[in-house]
Amino acid sequence: MNAKILEIENLTVSFDGFKALDNLNFSMDVGELRVVIGPNGAGKTTFLDVITGKVKPTAGRVLFKGRTLRAKTRFGEKALPEHQIARLGIGRKFQTPRVYLNLTPRQNLEISYNRHKNVFSTLLKQAVAAERRTVTGLIETIGLTLKADMPAELLSHGEKQWLEIGMLLAQAPDLLLVDEPVAGLTDEETERTGELLLSLAETYSILVIEHDMDFVRQIARQVTVLHEGRCLCEGTMAQVQSNPQVVEVYLGRELSEESEISLAGGQTALLEVGASPDEP
Amino acid sequence: MTTEAAISVRRTDRRRRRVLLELGIVLAIALVLILVMPVLLSGFRLNLLGRFLALAIVALGIDLIWGYTGMLSLGHGIFFALGGYAFAMHLKLQIPPDASIQLPEFMSLYGVTELPWFWKPFYDFNFSVAAVILIPALLAAVLGYLVFRNRIRGVYFAILTQAATIIFFNLFNGQQQLINGTNGLTDFKTLFGAPIGAAQTQFVFYCLTVFLLAGAYALCRWLTSGRFGSVLIAIRDDEGRMRSSGYNPTGFKVLVFAVSAGLAGIAGALFTLQTGIISPRAMDIAFSIEMVIWVAVGGRASLVGAVLGTILVNFGKSFLSEQYPQSWLFFLGGLFLLVVMVLPNGLIGALRSQAGPRLWAILGKRQYVTTYPSLETDPDVQHERQNFRN
Ligand SMILES: Nc1ncnc2c1ncn2[C@@H]1O[C@H](COP(=O)(O)OP(=O)(O)O)[C@@H](O)[C@H]1O
Ligand SMILES: [Mg+2]
Repeated sequence: MNAKILEIENLTVSFDGFKALDNLNFSMDVGELRVVIGPNGAGKTTFLDVITGKVKPTAGRVLFKGRTLRAKTRFGEKALPEHQIARLGIGRKFQTPRVYLNLTPRQNLEISYNRHKNVFSTLLKQAVAAERRTVTGLIETIGLTLKADMPAELLSHGEKQWLEIGMLLAQAPDLLLVDEPVAGLTDEETERTGELLLSLAETYSILVIEHDMDFVRQIARQVTVLHEGRCLCEGTMAQVQSNPQVVEVYLGRELSEESEISLAGGQTALLEVGASPDEP
Repeated sequence: MTTEAAISVRRTDRRRRRVLLELGIVLAIALVLILVMPVLLSGFRLNLLGRFLALAIVALGIDLIWGYTGMLSLGHGIFFALGGYAFAMHLKLQIPPDASIQLPEFMSLYGVTELPWFWKPFYDFNFSVAAVILIPALLAAVLGYLVFRNRIRGVYFAILTQAATIIFFNLFNGQQQLINGTNGLTDFKTLFGAPIGAAQTQFVFYCLTVFLLAGAYALCRWLTSGRFGSVLIAIRDDEGRMRSSGYNPTGFKVLVFAVSAGLAGIAGALFTLQTGIISPRAMDIAFSIEMVIWVAVGGRASLVGAVLGTILVNFGKSFLSEQYPQSWLFFLGGLFLLVVMVLPNGLIGALRSQAGPRLWAILGKRQYVTTYPSLETDPDVQHERQNFRN
């Protein structure tokens, strides 16, 4: 058996009694590319929030490379703060692109690349030539060479998504958590993003959350279906698609009404940024 | 590789040249302030200018913590006053050795017979100078650590700093015997034997202020450029994102808050030297808010803006208060509202976004909007530009 990069044991997260994650078990091998799918509200984003330490689990635990994400202190055990979890080697791309709009792509990448993120090293250690070269290379990888030195707020939505993936790479984590990387992208951009993730999968362990079924088909090897905070089933795309439960809660709708799923995806995207549900 | 190396060399070259240019400009301005202004301005106005330059130092500090790091402090009056008091205490201890009472005069008035313990170190000049910077900086570091560690931000941070200002105001106001309460410390006599009020001494203070302002500017410039500066802006814009990239914002905020407080302390000491008084009124909430206004008017997240805003608003204020002693406050308030509504990014922000390109146009140099570089090389676009320009 392969070494596990991520193991999740009996994880429960409840928000005021509502269980966003319900006794979830999950594990992922080193070097694996895993896709997690599930209808909106299934708990996918919460799942990432727990791994990165943003949300504290109500019960259960997360193991990264075999160790818990907790630290022993004089007063007992406590969960590691987010920045320390990130430094262990977990990088995250958020659902809506979160790049620093007032900085240029180059600066965005430089601060993610920075290997010593405490105050005084950041202040006193200058970026060496090798580092600048790596950043320039990354800019090329994500196709922003021409826009490297203009404020990131001038980038298009797709370019921001790519910049954020670039920031993730700059951080050189062992595990990449990628939340809906193709939301709002054109078909062509979606396909290129898929190619990028596939090429990255050769060097990194990647967990991708996605809605877009075409995209999932493009990149998926092993798929986990999340539903109401629980792991519904796991397997290859073909296995998952033929699972009757999955068909019922999720794919069924999609298989019978191919066009409506993307519409539903669009609507829920609206809901997630806070639009009122009664909007058309 | 070779072209890449060449590009990188060219970039560092250009950066070096820009730094040299900026250094030259700062030096030139400093020389004008020191050599030309005394000829142009009366002694009274020159003294005013000196005070405002001192205030510009605290404005730089506020720009660091608010403009760049996004923490609105409405309590910089505390740090300003602490710096002022620290140096004023040294001045109050310049008592001629043959005087019958070796105490600041207000103390004997209140029946104090022995110098309180915490006054004693202020006999020493070096200690006093260090105290001007370090007392505010350490206080800010401790307060900042407690506050930032608990992720208190935004309005809550602003309210906390205001509350601290009220506490310190009352603390200083109530200590008649120890620091002369409401009246504050004033009536300074000498420093190194030179009479404080003399024109020459005041000119030395003025020059000192110019140098320290230039130094403060250089320090802020260093902090806000390069990777550290990017990190500050990133913390301001999206702290949560920074955490998940492996940064702990607390340390950065604490450092910047402390530096900013140290600058306020220096400003307070220089201001005290040039006004001849420091009192709890420096910890009026209104004064701390005014400091923020200077920066807002000049343009937050612009160091030049902070300095310019301070000098303009303060000269405007002194001009208006001379011309319209009754109603100048309304003028000032109106001016502020106007600037904030019409120029939300302050004077420098407006200059950058509107006047800048226009200025280039006047100078006969066209500046293209650089949104999409591919457009710039597109022959169709070039053709349109040449034929249909306005
Ligand atoms: N901070 C929170 N407080 C309360 N409920 C939350 C919170 N975050 C998420 N939820 C709820 O948990 C459920 C799962 O959310 P989420 O993980 O964002 O789903 P997904 O990303 O799969 O669409 C949703 O019903 C959502 O309303
Ligand atoms: Mg989500």
